[in-house]
Amino acid sequence: MDVKQGAGAPRAGKARAGALLSPNWVTARLDDLVNWSRANSLWPASFFPACCAIEFMATAASRYDLARFGMERLAYSPRQADALICAGRVPFKLAPVLRRIWDQMPQPKWCISLGACASTGGIFDTYAMTQGIDTIIPVDVYIPGCPPRPEAVLYGIMLLQKKIKGESFLDPALRVEHLPDRAGMFLPPAATDQVSRPFGSSVHQSRSA
Amino acid sequence: MSGAAPNPSVASLRAQFGTAVGRSLVSCGDTIVYVARERSHDVLRWLQESPAERYDYLTDLTAVEYRDRERPIEVVYQLWSLGRRSFLRVKVELAKSRRLEVQSVSDLWRAADWLEREVYDMFGVHFAGHPDLRRILMWETYAEGHPLRKDFPLRGRFSRAEQTRQAMAADPESNYSLEELSIAQAYRSLPADMVERLERHGRRKVE
Amino acid sequence: MGERRSVELGLATPGLDAAGRPARVPLGLAGDAVAEPELRSDHMLVNIGPQHPATHGVLRLVVELDGEVVVRVIPHIGYLHSGFEKLGEYRHYNQIIPLTDRTDYLAAPSNNVCLAMAVEKLMGIQITPRCTVLRVIACELSRIMSHLVWAGTTAIDIGAFTVFLWMWQEREKVYNLLEDWSGARLTTALTRVGGMMADVPDGWTDRTRAWLGMFPKVLDEVDVMLTRNNIWLGRTQDIGVISAADAVDYSLSGPMLRASGVPYDVRKDRPYLGYETYDFEVPVGEHGDVYDRYLVRMEEMRQSVRILEQAIDRLPDGPVNVADPHVILPPKHRTMSEMEAMIYHFKQVMDGVPAPEGEAYLGIENPKGELGYYFVSDGTAKPARWRIRPPSFINLAALPKMAEGHLLSDLIAINASVDIVMGEIDR
Repeated sequence: MDVKQGAGAPRAGKARAGALLSPNWVTARLDDLVNWSRANSLWPASFFPACCAIEFMATAASRYDLARFGMERLAYSPRQADALICAGRVPFKLAPVLRRIWDQMPQPKWCISLGACASTGGIFDTYAMTQGIDTIIPVDVYIPGCPPRPEAVLYGIMLLQKKIKGESFLDPALRVEHLPDRAGMFLPPAATDQVSRPFGSSVHQSRSA
Repeated sequence: MSGAAPNPSVASLRAQFGTAVGRSLVSCGDTIVYVARERSHDVLRWLQESPAERYDYLTDLTAVEYRDRERPIEVVYQLWSLGRRSFLRVKVELAKSRRLEVQSVSDLWRAADWLEREVYDMFGVHFAGHPDLRRILMWETYAEGHPLRKDFPLRGRFSRAEQTRQAMAADPESNYSLEELSIAQAYRSLPADMVERLERHGRRKVE
Repeated sequence: MGERRSVELGLATPGLDAAGRPARVPLGLAGDAVAEPELRSDHMLVNIGPQHPATHGVLRLVVELDGEVVVRVIPHIGYLHSGFEKLGEYRHYNQIIPLTDRTDYLAAPSNNVCLAMAVEKLMGIQITPRCTVLRVIACELSRIMSHLVWAGTTAIDIGAFTVFLWMWQEREKVYNLLEDWSGARLTTALTRVGGMMADVPDGWTDRTRAWLGMFPKVLDEVDVMLTRNNIWLGRTQDIGVISAADAVDYSLSGPMLRASGVPYDVRKDRPYLGYETYDFEVPVGEHGDVYDRYLVRMEEMRQSVRILEQAIDRLPDGPVNVADPHVILPPKHRTMSEMEAMIYHFKQVMDGVPAPEGEAYLGIENPKGELGYYFVSDGTAKPARWRIRPPSFINLAALPKMAEGHLLSDLIAINASVDIVMGEIDR
């Protein structure tokens, strides 16, 4: 961001302090201004199912202090929110609720998937659990951990801020609503099955005895 | 552990109910007694009300299915007497060849209301006389089955895509019970078939 | 209307009434209320949750309202149902311990202890004296942790935001201690069948003692803020009353039950971990309202401090784990150098530790109530049935009984006073 002086003013190196202290024009890239204000005043739409919510609350409390990031004002009404922070596991019964909250948020909006369960289903590869909220809504930042430490949560938020600062507010492709199809599916069935495939120790858990 | 003396309530039960009381054993220090399905409500009421027993606190109500497919499903009542500080586990066996049904004890202990709903949801056991037997943990139109049964796979019967589709398609009626819809202010604007169904079930609010 | 009357305010600290409770000073206009015009109104159906700040998780309350008065409230749960009990059937007993952290995630070490004890009851294992005392320390720290969250979230629901920040600051200090011990702040997986995951590090007891020295002062500060605060009294006294008989009928447990006057505490009535040898009291309320639950939980935190100080004083030396190599993993340096130790390690990790056929129920006094684990074993290394007796689930069933007839804002206060955690309710 440059501060340019009006035409005819003395050059910076030789000017007296008084002349420099009254710039009439401030120029910046509009994208920078818009992204700076968006990134530093993200109102989280908190979606707090489970344990990761406790770590998010610890991040918001006085020791780690989300207020430094402009995020202390939690927007429980999604209509007033910028970033949906899904902190916790999302079972199938909760999935339509999450989708509805996401749909109710106006653009521009971003999503942070906080924790292993929100990202991939975590340790719950069971009949009741979605294997990651990205099967239901689009996710911008994934924060792994079970639960992630507040430092990790802050790092994830800073990643989102970095992502926002790299955006262009005129780009229509960024502000497209990714709506589910008529059957309510956000991802095609094959893609849902693919990302939900068991991995790691889930592969071996099929035998009960 | 099994050598420990059994809870004297077992002997009293046998004296009171005779053949309705089945086998009893002690496992890890806890006394377990099996009672016949048809008399389970009488037995449990007697255990609650009889002055010498007074099992006034229903600690837990659940069900067990064994990996051995031949064994029946057991409905388990964990009873605690606050005054006598005594613990008793009562079990009712339900043969899988017949309809899984046992008398509800929600009239004896109010806590049994939700506990029995959960057993119904997870095992498919019906509780006769329960005021409102519907699913409590899964959504009410959940179609995959009863999850804690041994023939129900860990990841469910359907594919993940199908489970997602069914979850997202859960319609508004399945999110509100009929009882709740009957009191909605928008009652008059509900679709005609819903109004008719509500009136048929007798849940319509009297104005 | 006549001339405006002044509002009478009690500015001094209110005195005590005949029952010894702080007396409410009524705030209100002296004189006649303005008559409201007659309005015809229907009852409203309002949905609260499952995404809502004051439902303490994904709880959905469907409320029938007559104006602001709650005529009926119907709780809907299951929005966090994860299949814990099913998953337990596919896990070795030690592998279930990390699962227990995630049921009641506000008091995770307590859940770990309950599980280890239930499996040890099933397998007939006697733990060492040092392990016994360490588990008491873990349980009481959990009690404090859980009540801190309860106090903070209840206060913020009723409107006192400061208390929330103070409580979370104290919780950070407990997190530091737990992190030193187990490596994790929240989901600790502290116990193992037959012992603990690790012994406390050097200096840990001194740090805990130092924290215990100043923690009661924080409780005193909260007392000053809330206990005789007129607004707090007005929002919590005679709200959400449940009688002792009803509380027993609903199988309530923990502070919910004791606030109604029923003195059932598993630590006193079915002692475990040597609780009968500790000198502590169990606070029991009288009126069964939100205020009594608040008093009971605040006093329980002070009693937990008392127990912790005694436990740290008496912590005996010696091994933390039982000496049975079939149950406890051998130390790593031996596993890597001795064939026998390596075989024990291999068998335990690959096959798990089988439990004899049988069943066991073990209940402990969790911060929220009686937490019970019921295991049924068919002789294999994985349980045939793992049942969690969830105190919050059973306590929540009494919510309609307590809340009907109160105002909508009272419903929020009552819901907060039940102290629920959805991970445990829905499992």
